[in-house]
Amino acid sequence: MEPFTIHRGIAVPLLRANVDTDAIIPSREMKRVGKTGLGQGLFAGWRYRNSDSREPEPDFVLNQARYAGASILLAGENFGCGSSREHAVWALKEYGFRAVLAPSFGVIFRDNCIRNGVLPIVLDEAKLIAIAEDSSAGGPVTVDLRSCQVFSPGGSVYSFDIPSAQREMLLEGLDPVALTLKLADRIEAFQRQDRLERPWIYLNRLREPSP
Amino acid sequence: MTPRSLFDKLWQLHVIAELDAQFSLLHIDRIFLHERTGGVALQSIAQEHRPVRHPELVFCTMDHIVDTFEGRDDDTLMPGGKDFIQTTRTEARRAGIRLFDVRDPDHGIVHVISPEQGIVLPGATIVCPDSHTCTQGGIGALAWGIGSSEAEHALATQTLRVSKPKSMRIQVDSALPAQVGAKDLMLFLIARHTAAGGSGHAIEFAGPAIRRLSVEARLTLCNMAVEFAAFTGMVAPDDQVFEYLHRRPFAPQGHDWEQALRHWRSLPGDTDARFHSELTLNAAEIPPMITWGTSPEHAVPVDGVVPDPSIAATANSRTGRERALAYMGLRPHEALQSLSIDAAFIGSCTNARLSDLESAARLLHGRKVAPGVRAICVPGSMQVRRDAEARGLHRIFLDAGFEWRVSGCSMCFNAGGESFGPEQRVVSTTNRNFEGRQGPRTRTHLASPATVAASAIAGHIADPRRLTLAD
Ligand code: SF4
Repeated sequence: MEPFTIHRGIAVPLLRANVDTDAIIPSREMKRVGKTGLGQGLFAGWRYRNSDSREPEPDFVLNQARYAGASILLAGENFGCGSSREHAVWALKEYGFRAVLAPSFGVIFRDNCIRNGVLPIVLDEAKLIAIAEDSSAGGPVTVDLRSCQVFSPGGSVYSFDIPSAQREMLLEGLDPVALTLKLADRIEAFQRQDRLERPWIYLNRLREPSP
Repeated sequence: MTPRSLFDKLWQLHVIAELDAQFSLLHIDRIFLHERTGGVALQSIAQEHRPVRHPELVFCTMDHIVDTFEGRDDDTLMPGGKDFIQTTRTEARRAGIRLFDVRDPDHGIVHVISPEQGIVLPGATIVCPDSHTCTQGGIGALAWGIGSSEAEHALATQTLRVSKPKSMRIQVDSALPAQVGAKDLMLFLIARHTAAGGSGHAIEFAGPAIRRLSVEARLTLCNMAVEFAAFTGMVAPDDQVFEYLHRRPFAPQGHDWEQALRHWRSLPGDTDARFHSELTLNAAEIPPMITWGTSPEHAVPVDGVVPDPSIAATANSRTGRERALAYMGLRPHEALQSLSIDAAFIGSCTNARLSDLESAARLLHGRKVAPGVRAICVPGSMQVRRDAEARGLHRIFLDAGFEWRVSGCSMCFNAGGESFGPEQRVVSTTNRNFEGRQGPRTRTHLASPATVAASAIAGHIADPRRLTLAD
């Protein structure tokens, strides 16, 4: 996974509440099995004039010239609620977003961000509005995961919290599966004991489907 | 010993190791996959040469993208959909996991067949790369939705790294009135406390009104926990649940069953267990509910009116509500019951079990769907469909003018490529009314099966309490 330490970029405001993962990437935009080819479909329902063309909808914020190349998303409450599809994060990442700032996140979406090197930051709405106003005049926002701070172009600095294990995962770009596989002995020991206490959990292979 | 809640017990039963102050390594007892998000996880770990650690504990179904037309095969209306179906099949076979394939007699929506087959059990942990996995909390499991990367972790290690969520108890007193169900209860709760009201919490639903709910109704209840932004929902298992699971194909048998029963009876929380937060509802006050907007929190009593966005608490929710009105083609103060509908949909993991179909059929019996209304019933599984047919329910649906489909997610979600069309007003038993959820620009009103049936007959949104019931 790509590590995240510090990132500087244009911040774009999309401060609507309850933006769900269907809105982030509509299901019709997921055309193949895989994690790529999704950036074009990001916010497709809002970004394009209609569902079968790629003609940009000029009113949508991502299409405005001053936010071209934005890589930090300022979002509303409960951002990424709804369907668990990780495609929402893959699409954001492929488009170029490295950090999402919101008052709160859909739980699964937030974990998906961490797993893909996209930094989810919780800040209250007033601060997000201030950052949006600051950056509407132009000038990049800096997000520093080492110090857990956000620097707005106007000079304000906002601190944020993130669980230390997740912070480390992002800073180091660690692969959690590899980390867990190192604990294989503990997992096996747990299962040996658990098989005695809850044998019914460990299915044998006798109840197979008829082929 | 400190008193423990149901959730505390389920959590502790699965802790393999404390990784740090926040994260625990939890054992995952069951993994379920579907073709939309599961295929990519299987494919991805195969590419990394990581075997599925316990294929016997992993299950997969084809529910999201498949057609629900009689005699279906791998072709589907979704462009590229066939790729999802076939890749998932190839990967599932290669991994050696139990696949409920397109033509399997036990096929169905993941959250419907999981309890129906006895795959999920009280006290078990179950995950699926699907947000409505919380449904399984209805039988007393610790069940939650994950993303694809987490699914890869679970497949490769049979564990997940999880930070323990906060707990919440929702106490529901009294009993639900006639024609009011678990769906109405959840819409009422979410409307009152907002779609972010349960944010990240493990919620236990408790109290007399919950004890009175059937197992299927508890599944409906917990299904909607994610619409309340919860980590999961759950109900303490009781004899009703044990009876429901007895003799299900993957449920324990014989000596194992006896041992499991003793274990399950120890799971309900201690009476003085503490929660991070508590809410109380009075079930007797809850009317049939319906949504008017594009979030499940946009719900009102079915005999209510579209709220005025100018009275919303914050500027942001005001704009949200205005957007929702525009999307739904509504004006403030309009009576919901005055809205004529284009379609009625009974299906999904929320409300397509036998009792849901029965509740709709009771109202449809001897009646007809209003002219011009397209009405569709998609049973949640082939087993539900067979059970319904054995009771003659399909005749009632067909005689009323409903389409009677084979199982799948169908038009709960545009993933299968089928839609009611732009600006079509649909009353639906599903769980999400987000913009575009049922297809580009389709307008969804969420409601219970009874309300959907009553509305299909009336041709406009209708109150099921005003119809006299057939026996
Ligand atoms: S029925 Fe709808 S909500 Fe349920 S799993 Fe299928 S798409 Fe998701």
